[in-house]
Amino acid sequence: MSKDNQVLEELTSKEYEHGWTIDIETDSAPKGLNEGIIRFISAKKNEPEWLLEWRLSAFRQWIKMKEPKWPNVTYPPIDYQDLIYYSAPKQKAKVKNLEDVDPELIKTFEKLGISLTEQKRLTGIAVDAVIDSVSVATTYKETLAELGIIFCSFSEAVQEHPELVKKYMGSVVPVNDNYFAALNSAVFTDGSFCYIPKGVRCPMELSTYFRINAANTGQFERTLIVADEGAYVSYLEGCTAPMRDENQLHAAVVEIYAMKDAQVKYSTVQNWYPGNKEGKGGIYNFVTKRGLCFGDGSKISWTQVETGSAITWKYPSCILKGDNSMGEFYSVAVTNNYQQADTGTKMIHIGKNTKSRIVSKGISAGHSQNSYRGQVHIMKRAENARNFSQCDSLLMGDQCGAHTFPYIDVENNSARIEHEATTSKIGEDQIFYCLQRGIDEESAVALIVNGYAKEVLNQLPMEFAVEAQKLLALTLEGSVG
Amino acid sequence: MSVAVEKNTTAEVVSIIEKSLARFPSQENRKEALAAFQKLTLPENKSEEYKQTPITRLLQRNFALDKPNAAAQSLDAKEFFIPGVEGNVIVIINGLFSVEHSVIVSPTDQVTISGLGKAVNDNHPVALAHLAKYTDVATDPFAAWNTAAWSDGVFIHVPNGKVVDKPVLVYHIHDARQGQVITAGRNLIVTGTNSEVTVIEKYDSLGSDNHFSTTITEAEVAENAGFNLYTIQNDAGNRYQWAGTNIHQERSSRVNTYTFTLAGKLVRNNLQLSLDGEGIESHMFGLYLVTNDTLADNHTVVDHRKANSFSNELYKGVMDGNSKGVFNGKIYVRPQAQKTNAFQANRNIIISDKAQVNTKPQLEIWADDVKCSHGCTTGQLDEEALFYLQARGIAKDTARAMMLYAFVGEILENVKIPELKAYLDKLVSERLHKNF
Repeated sequence: MSKDNQVLEELTSKEYEHGWTIDIETDSAPKGLNEGIIRFISAKKNEPEWLLEWRLSAFRQWIKMKEPKWPNVTYPPIDYQDLIYYSAPKQKAKVKNLEDVDPELIKTFEKLGISLTEQKRLTGIAVDAVIDSVSVATTYKETLAELGIIFCSFSEAVQEHPELVKKYMGSVVPVNDNYFAALNSAVFTDGSFCYIPKGVRCPMELSTYFRINAANTGQFERTLIVADEGAYVSYLEGCTAPMRDENQLHAAVVEIYAMKDAQVKYSTVQNWYPGNKEGKGGIYNFVTKRGLCFGDGSKISWTQVETGSAITWKYPSCILKGDNSMGEFYSVAVTNNYQQADTGTKMIHIGKNTKSRIVSKGISAGHSQNSYRGQVHIMKRAENARNFSQCDSLLMGDQCGAHTFPYIDVENNSARIEHEATTSKIGEDQIFYCLQRGIDEESAVALIVNGYAKEVLNQLPMEFAVEAQKLLALTLEGSVG
Repeated sequence: MSVAVEKNTTAEVVSIIEKSLARFPSQENRKEALAAFQKLTLPENKSEEYKQTPITRLLQRNFALDKPNAAAQSLDAKEFFIPGVEGNVIVIINGLFSVEHSVIVSPTDQVTISGLGKAVNDNHPVALAHLAKYTDVATDPFAAWNTAAWSDGVFIHVPNGKVVDKPVLVYHIHDARQGQVITAGRNLIVTGTNSEVTVIEKYDSLGSDNHFSTTITEAEVAENAGFNLYTIQNDAGNRYQWAGTNIHQERSSRVNTYTFTLAGKLVRNNLQLSLDGEGIESHMFGLYLVTNDTLADNHTVVDHRKANSFSNELYKGVMDGNSKGVFNGKIYVRPQAQKTNAFQANRNIIISDKAQVNTKPQLEIWADDVKCSHGCTTGQLDEEALFYLQARGIAKDTARAMMLYAFVGEILENVKIPELKAYLDKLVSERLHKNF
């Protein structure tokens, strides 16, 4: 027992390694939210009239909506008037190339382990970095442009490809979809935009890195990925924030639009600041992510490793509209201390012969609460739909909780649905087996947890898999004896 | 449906409850339940627990709630009896215990059986000590409605160390020949330590008018006692039913429940087992084999409150015609309930194009040293197995019936009373057009 405690102690005393702040001059809006602020944001970004109207209509719908109460999480009420909705690193002139970017910023991203400079060529990832809601730099644009791929910040896309943005923005996540999506639609400041033309296979991983830096700021970014016929893209997203005592709100929207035979793979390693070990501070991560398999034979795959955030509320979903389309969801959600996670997915089968697969692994430790909430809905016309879901939970310590809320709604008799869920702790027999073979207890636990999460980690692109494994190790290694 | 309509319906139900309260002025828990009902109101369309079961709308559309119940006529209860099953026979007609039709054969030192209304009026100490102790009126409006307005039912008390060798058969009969009927029936079963009793409940009706019942069966299962409960719901298409079963288990007790839902218009079952001791073993079996426009909704809760207990749940459904199956299975494992083993499985087959199923297995676990799992499948008959049988000269219809029979057989085989098993087997075989 004493060893358990010691190990747990070590675990809980581990510091959040991204918890620093940087001094960059920022350009912020005053606190509060009203139509004036929205006009201010829109004007700052030099947006066309239609986008301002779009924002305002979202805002008008948002004020009529109520904050959802059904997630299995508790938090004090958020004062939406006490937030800053726009905060951008101050730039004197438009950045032409990387040398012009504020050296402090470059340092920030070097600290994060994402270098925006040449060395990234070795790993071959194009990065769009978003700091406090504003995209600061995008690499590899030229290389991608040769193939006709558009990869840029959202505001740039609004200026340069307004027809694409206008056509697809809000087509997957409508403005009034939910409370936080409506809020985001009203006040989003930036994000990434990506368009892969017909038949193009994106040669490198595209990546966005999000960071909240300023205090009292909400981060509201918007990502839109459009994959035209037969296109393929793999997209990565990572996030960090400084350690602050007050909670910060992150309400993002991610939309994926996949046409005929297109494939999109979206991976997230979410490592927002989770709060300290008494549960003070941390990010509220209320995110709406949805993909639409619009064309026949399209495929959308979500992979997420959720280790951070004080509260996570997110359900990356797939609408399988095209015949023979496919949706996948792989998730590892780790909660520790006083973290709360209510996460899962929705698979809406509309087209014929649609398939979906859900693999969710929850790990809870400390005083945390970890919930899986998912829906598999087979609509009337979805002949021969197929779903397999598995959600496992691992409990470490007797103060935490694991919950599963799977909804399975079947309206077509040719559907085949399987769902299974288990909850357990690490088997004493498994630990004993390892001990017997000379592996010490801590390594044994690491080994078992890694094996437990392997099915999901295997879905991540190489570079992310390494990071994810490190994160898992950081939060959990040896937390059970 | 607009909120205003729900409010109206709720107000109408409140007046029904108030009328019945006038008959029982002295009971405090009825008034508390009424207050709870007024607070809860009838479930709205999107209410989580009644999302798939539009019970308020059905009540609103198919009942004139302000109308008094039709009077029961003389009837022959025997036509509803399960052939071959001998035991104590209790008949409850339109919510009232019928002394005329009931026959108690077990000796009085083995078991006390009486009307619950009578037991309460006579101030039976055991009945008063346990009545309404195991039902949470604050969370479900129908539980509150029933607790406030129940008319009668059966009271069974088994003293310490006694084994009731003959089952208690409770026939709930609605006589809707003269008009609509709305009843609130209530049963209370209290077992002593080291005792054992089996109860079989069956729901039937006469007449073609719509009828609705709320029934609550509360059971206290004492240390090392055994309790078996069979519920057979095979009533006509004008039966609307809400049935709550709340079982409280003490240390080392054993409970088996069997729920067979074969027909009716709307059947909603709320089964709750509270495992409030160590070394408990509980099994829950359910079969919903429905067709036409039956809505069969099973909500079950297994609440593991203490360590070292075991629960196992298996519910199977076959949906034909225009029917709808709903299953929600909750398993709670409280922080103290270490070393819990809890299993749950829900398997469904949809036969027709128009049938549908909504299932939601749910695990909520706060203890770390547990083994819990649930599994849930929805599908249709295996084409390859069908082909295999056909290739061996078995007609397709026969092959289908064989496979469905085997599917439901997994539930039937657990029935421990041979005559009851034969009876259920016959019902199921007829439904599946078994011809082999």
